[in-house]
Amino acid sequence: MSPALLDFVEFSLAGLCVGALYALTGIGFVVVYKATRIINFAIGEFMMIGAYFFFGLAAQASLPNWAAIILALIAAGTVGGFLERFIFRRLIGESAISVFMVTIGLASIMVGLVEIAWTADPRSLPTFLPDRPFFVPLGSAEAFLASKNGWSFIIVAAIMAAFITVFRFWRGGIALRATAADQQAAYSVGINVPGVFSFAWILGAITAAAAGILVGSISGISSAMGAIGLSLIVVVIVGGLDSLAGALVGGLMIGWLESMASLYIGGEYKQVATFVILLLVLVVKPYGLFGTHDIERL
Amino acid sequence: MSVASGETILEINNIEVVYNHTIQVLRGLSLSVEAGQIVALLGSNGAGKTTTLKAVSNMLGLERGAITAGSIRFEGNDIRTTAPHALVRGGLFHVMEGRRIFPDLSVDENLIAATYALAGRDKADADFEAVFDYFPRLRERRTGIAGYLSGGEQQMLALGRALIARPKLILMDEPSLGLSPVLVEEIFRIIRRINEERGVSILLVEQNAAMALSVANYGYIMEQGKIVIDGTVEKLAGDRDVREFYLGAGVGAGGLKSFRDVKHYKRRKRWLS
Ligand SMILES: Nc1ncnc2c1ncn2[C@@H]1O[C@H](COP(=O)(O)OP(=O)(O)OP(=O)(O)O)[C@@H](O)[C@H]1O
Ligand SMILES: [Mg+2]
Repeated sequence: MSPALLDFVEFSLAGLCVGALYALTGIGFVVVYKATRIINFAIGEFMMIGAYFFFGLAAQASLPNWAAIILALIAAGTVGGFLERFIFRRLIGESAISVFMVTIGLASIMVGLVEIAWTADPRSLPTFLPDRPFFVPLGSAEAFLASKNGWSFIIVAAIMAAFITVFRFWRGGIALRATAADQQAAYSVGINVPGVFSFAWILGAITAAAAGILVGSISGISSAMGAIGLSLIVVVIVGGLDSLAGALVGGLMIGWLESMASLYIGGEYKQVATFVILLLVLVVKPYGLFGTHDIERL
Repeated sequence: MSVASGETILEINNIEVVYNHTIQVLRGLSLSVEAGQIVALLGSNGAGKTTTLKAVSNMLGLERGAITAGSIRFEGNDIRTTAPHALVRGGLFHVMEGRRIFPDLSVDENLIAATYALAGRDKADADFEAVFDYFPRLRERRTGIAGYLSGGEQQMLALGRALIARPKLILMDEPSLGLSPVLVEEIFRIIRRINEERGVSILLVEQNAAMALSVANYGYIMEQGKIVIDGTVEKLAGDRDVREFYLGAGVGAGGLKSFRDVKHYKRRKRWLS
């Protein structure tokens, strides 16, 4: 096994693990976009508050990790539901661009509130993942995969499987898709459309928060961690804004590409690689790889 | 599912509707539907028929329209502020213009979506078999994607969703839109059956006046946001203006089938004179 090949495999594995976290957050974005057509630019900040809630509950309030995780997710979901009910529901009918601007403002407010509560200093999260690294057999050698990366991949895969099962067999999945396709028609068959909106925001916030806790446990948290949202917007545009499968594939793809870029070109260029891919995809498939609807011109 | 006839199930009283705070579309429109009846609402393009139905099903808020005056009563209750999905759950179903099926859902999933209309009812079981008895062609395409159905099949699916919801009143907007004459006949036969077998009242908006009056008990004709003529189907069929402008009697050899043709005819007449 040549060292170059081993590097490639190890960077690929690490990239796919980061990609899985992109995918999970991307799902949080897509669920909201699908139901409400709102482009949630604050998606990275939703990750951030999830991570800080966990930090506050586990490190500061000294709750057991499992309880802190559950409570942090519930708190994030509450924030999502609250924002939908009192801000975004009032903006129904406003132009896509004004609602998008509101989410940009929201992102700054969330950063501000986090800095007031926890200051801007980076912090590390209590570890709750096992710390034995994975060794993936590879011919005569073994590829190394950091424990936290490997475990977050496994957790994301489990959450995704739950998502897919629920949306296939539960009537609420049909309500979401019906609302996504045609709001008036959804109302006309008795679907509680505002209820679907609330549900989407709550679910989107919980999903992003879960990803935030995992990201934070790998690389620590800070009030600037929401900047990851930029890569995420690329992920969901590449995948097609309204496609859950697209978020999954787009997330893995961008995660892997960024890792490849930092291996072969250098870490500081990985964002460049991301945006080159974005351009290429938009030129070839303007609706994203899996998207069905026009991406609104902003 | 018998409904005491003679009772008024829907009563629209002098409503006015304005879009965007500026464009007034309905100007004091009144009409009523007796329980168990089919009532036709006819009128030319842009008269405000669809707006009338959306006012009843409370969909106007979704497109910057608002009712600025008048009242709407369903089974005696004022429904102007009832949420659209709550109206559906209460038995008032709107089959919208252009069918509006969910194109990327399967036929079955479209019908399942309509089971939300049964939320909060005592007997909330959805009767899919009844839908397939009315529309055997949908049974063959149950798992197919609804967007790939033919226009006629999509209209059947739209009516099938209404059947799942077990409404007391259906607002039906141009079920004949874009269908071949044979299919129009078939759809209208089924509309009549739904009314007779299930006792559902129907407010039927149509361009195809002859076809609508052939199934209706009573008819209203509207122009520019107001009712201009109304009466029993027999009375309307005997009315000179209605015959000339809506049923096209006495024009040409075969007569005109719909108001679109009448408009065409009027235009031609203007050119010639
Ligand atoms: N959302 C809207 N915003 C502004 N104006 C509207 C809107 N919807 C309808 N209108 C206007 O209201 C008038 C009546 O429209 P409506 O759709 O009710 O007519 P209709 O009788 O159903 O016509 P058709 O037979 O062509 O379906 C038209 O002049 C139309 O342009
Ligand atoms: Mg119309």
